[in-house]
Amino acid sequence: MKRKRNSIRNHSAESALFVRRSIVFFLGILFVVGILVTNLYYLQINSFNTYKTRSNANRISVQTVPPNRGLIYDRNGVILAENRPVYSLQVIPNKTKHLQSDIERLASLLSLSENELSDFKSKSRHSRSFKAITIRDQLTPEEVAKFTVNQHLFRGFSIQANLKRFYPFGNAFTHVLGYIAKINTRDLEKIEERGERARYQGTHYIGKLGIERYYEDILHGQPGQRQVEVDSWGKVIRTLSFTSPVPGKDIKLNIDINLQLKAQELLGDNRGSIILMDARNGAVLSLVSAPSYDPNLFVTGISQKKYQELLESKDRPLINRATQGRYPPASTIKPQMALLALDEKVITEETKIFDPGWWIVPNSKRRFRDWKRWGHGLVDVFHAIEQSCDTFFYDTSYKLGIDRIEPFMRLFGFGEYSGLDIAEETKAIMPSRDWKRTRFNQPWYDGDTISIGIGQGYWTVTPIQLTKATAMLSKRGQNIKPHILNSIISAEETITPEYEVTQAVKLHSQRYWDVALEAMQGVTSKRRGTAYRTFGDAPYTVAGKSGTAQVINIKEDEVYDADKISERHRDNAMFVAFAPFESPEIVVTVVLENAGGGSSNAAPIARELFDEYFKEKTSAASTPEPGL
Amino acid sequence: MVSTQAQKSIFYRLHIDPYLLLGLLALMSISLTVLYSVGGYEMLYRQVTRLAIALTAMIVIAQIPPEWYQRWTPAIFLICVLLLVAVLVMGHTGKGAQRWLDLGFTKFQPSEIMKLIMPLMVAYYVSQYTLPTRFKEGFIALLLIVIPTLLIAKQPDLGTSILVASSGIFVLFLSGISWLYIGLALAAVLAFIPILWYFLMLDYQRGRVLTLLNPEADPLGAGYHIIQSKIAIGSGGLWGKGWMQGTQSQLEFLPERHTDFIFSVFSEEFGFVGVLLLLSIYLLIIGRGLWIANQAQDAFTKLIAGSIILTFFVYVFVNIGMVSGLLPVVGVPLPIVSFGGTSIVTLLAGFGILMSIHTHKRFNIKR
Repeated sequence: MKRKRNSIRNHSAESALFVRRSIVFFLGILFVVGILVTNLYYLQINSFNTYKTRSNANRISVQTVPPNRGLIYDRNGVILAENRPVYSLQVIPNKTKHLQSDIERLASLLSLSENELSDFKSKSRHSRSFKAITIRDQLTPEEVAKFTVNQHLFRGFSIQANLKRFYPFGNAFTHVLGYIAKINTRDLEKIEERGERARYQGTHYIGKLGIERYYEDILHGQPGQRQVEVDSWGKVIRTLSFTSPVPGKDIKLNIDINLQLKAQELLGDNRGSIILMDARNGAVLSLVSAPSYDPNLFVTGISQKKYQELLESKDRPLINRATQGRYPPASTIKPQMALLALDEKVITEETKIFDPGWWIVPNSKRRFRDWKRWGHGLVDVFHAIEQSCDTFFYDTSYKLGIDRIEPFMRLFGFGEYSGLDIAEETKAIMPSRDWKRTRFNQPWYDGDTISIGIGQGYWTVTPIQLTKATAMLSKRGQNIKPHILNSIISAEETITPEYEVTQAVKLHSQRYWDVALEAMQGVTSKRRGTAYRTFGDAPYTVAGKSGTAQVINIKEDEVYDADKISERHRDNAMFVAFAPFESPEIVVTVVLENAGGGSSNAAPIARELFDEYFKEKTSAASTPEPGL
Repeated sequence: MVSTQAQKSIFYRLHIDPYLLLGLLALMSISLTVLYSVGGYEMLYRQVTRLAIALTAMIVIAQIPPEWYQRWTPAIFLICVLLLVAVLVMGHTGKGAQRWLDLGFTKFQPSEIMKLIMPLMVAYYVSQYTLPTRFKEGFIALLLIVIPTLLIAKQPDLGTSILVASSGIFVLFLSGISWLYIGLALAAVLAFIPILWYFLMLDYQRGRVLTLLNPEADPLGAGYHIIQSKIAIGSGGLWGKGWMQGTQSQLEFLPERHTDFIFSVFSEEFGFVGVLLLLSIYLLIIGRGLWIANQAQDAFTKLIAGSIILTFFVYVFVNIGMVSGLLPVVGVPLPIVSFGGTSIVTLLAGFGILMSIHTHKRFNIKR
């Protein structure tokens, strides 16, 4: 220890000094504590009677009146989340004459279960005798009637009406709306952090997921206050003043109930996701993730067993596949890949490549197979998209390299949040050299790029990302931001947020867009197109792209045989499309897990949704939209 | 005697002072009893987790020998001052005041660390010279105290700035600075009060002082808290209204029942007898702390031990003073008893340092 000594240190003198000062302080502390005790003695002993009287006469109490939560409607004004009255039975113990015998009579009147009785007993043991205890949470109308008739026999017992959130369509909207549930410790901490404790006084529920969570601030509202006169046991005698709460604002979604239910029905027992979106403004018309579950379970408080079941189910129903499901995009991204190749002059409209059914990395023996074992022969870019030729894109992506592919795909929103108004979203993975270095501590190999060329390998996307990318493609590079919210409705006004549309992808020539889009139309309209069988007879024009994503890696030179592989390892079927081709209005994304080929399984579902959309559109023209 | 010797050595080897630990555990039991009364099981559970974290921090810190603190004090102090500046520049606003710094994975209040590092820094500085500290060193030490205090007061967090300032000033007092200088400083502070009142204090802080002087002037507005708190304490009487039977607190007349005003709840439910018991526990802890300070081996450890325990007393005094109407409401919790995460961790970390000082002595020095 280095010390700048001004004089020789005298330790015992320093020690004695410290002792002296400590004694001074201790005496000081005793003196100050003496003041505190004197003051407390004055308050508690001398003025006890005064304060006791004041405590008993303490009559003015401020109570918080929680606001009603805003409702949620679909675009046609159909109610998707509402507040229903529920009745609960309460008792204030010290208001009753004979609590024990009253409870026994009540038990026979309403057939209370053993569970409820023991629950009540433990609650009453731990609670203050002047506080209300809930006996039964949700009474049926019959029970309410039964009790009301006999109410005069039960002094101190009363029925309380509360509003409870209810989702009339059950599991059809879970992954859009989310749900509200009881405020827990973590929510409380967040509320306190935001300094909103006063705003949540008297509120027991908070949005936990989906729209209910994202727009919590709008839906919740402002509590009111009631100044009341109470007796010394807290019973309200009369109300002195009342500021009414400001109810939460209602929300209208872009979701169309018919398209949503249709999409859910089409998904059936499949695991997967369907999204319908307006290509012009990003309004999400339908967003389905299957399997789903009943959100009402969470409002009333889900049982541990049931929750465990949902949590551990192999089908993972709690995951919102539309925004959190990570899938290899497979061939659905070939149009974007072609755009980049054209713009970078790696290929031209006329470039033709011979496909013998495989492709070999130059200067190596590494062989990549085309899905068509015997090859497509001589293919150009149109043919390669229409028939989803792998070899063409192996070659193209090899020439492009990951350093050009990755930033370009990010412009289309891959590897980024889509901006959808749901907080539960993953960015999925748009791989790059740096990404692989940090993730695996390995360099990027050429072979990695080849897989990226057909949307396999490390690349994963979410269905909402695919939807956004398809919409941007249909709008020639305009940035389309998906959103579920249509408008916010309050008594005074209706606010419809506007979304800015910018040009996110700029190419050297408009012609490149024509090539990619015409090829996508060829997928559905040309005889050789992969989705011709499904869309050949459609009364509207469609541009689409199928995708069949490998879930497990197939070894070199090995052939995929669906029958030999267990169901969970079967290919994912995907299809993205927009219509009409000339002036794109609607985008559809279909992702089916382990369902097999994209054109054979996913495309027919997209067809039915387009049919439904155009049918509804023409009928909507004749019947006026239901007013809100 | 043999058995106590053996027991002592076990605690000694664990670097724990059993008397302090006993006192702290007694306070924690009181805390949990009162918190259950106002917040039920959930609040009890939350506090138990926090106490467990804080106790762990205390034990870990007690293992670090005091030489280590001496080595690192200047660096940590400097970082802490920089963080306080950072909070002012880009802090996270909670409850209208900028106190939190968002680190991405966690948010924390640099002012809490300052509570701990301030006495260490001043002790580090003055123990470089012989005691008693003379004017020049005393003046430089005062600068070390004033800069962080002003930074914290600016957030604005009056309660914490008072605690930080007093923890530094205690070191100066203990280092034996002349009573003449202390008198002069006191005079300077009194002269400073008008400046504070007119230029530095915010409206709400001025309001609190005015309320203190005459709470009955506005019984439903600003004076409400103090009046309700005094009614709660006074109506407790000699024996109190009984556990969970305090109408003032249970019927929600009292504000901040689980944090700053927890003493009022305690007084209402357990009466004057309970209050005397609580104050005795505090006095025993403080007495033990001062004894440890006097037993410490060198000037540095003596000064920090003394300062930590005196600052602990300031908490007790300011909190009880403010809820019983003697001092303005400045937002200082009742140490160990009030509900709250960071303040309990900081407090117990301080006790960890005390224990470390007491159990890391080199035995070869015998005077």
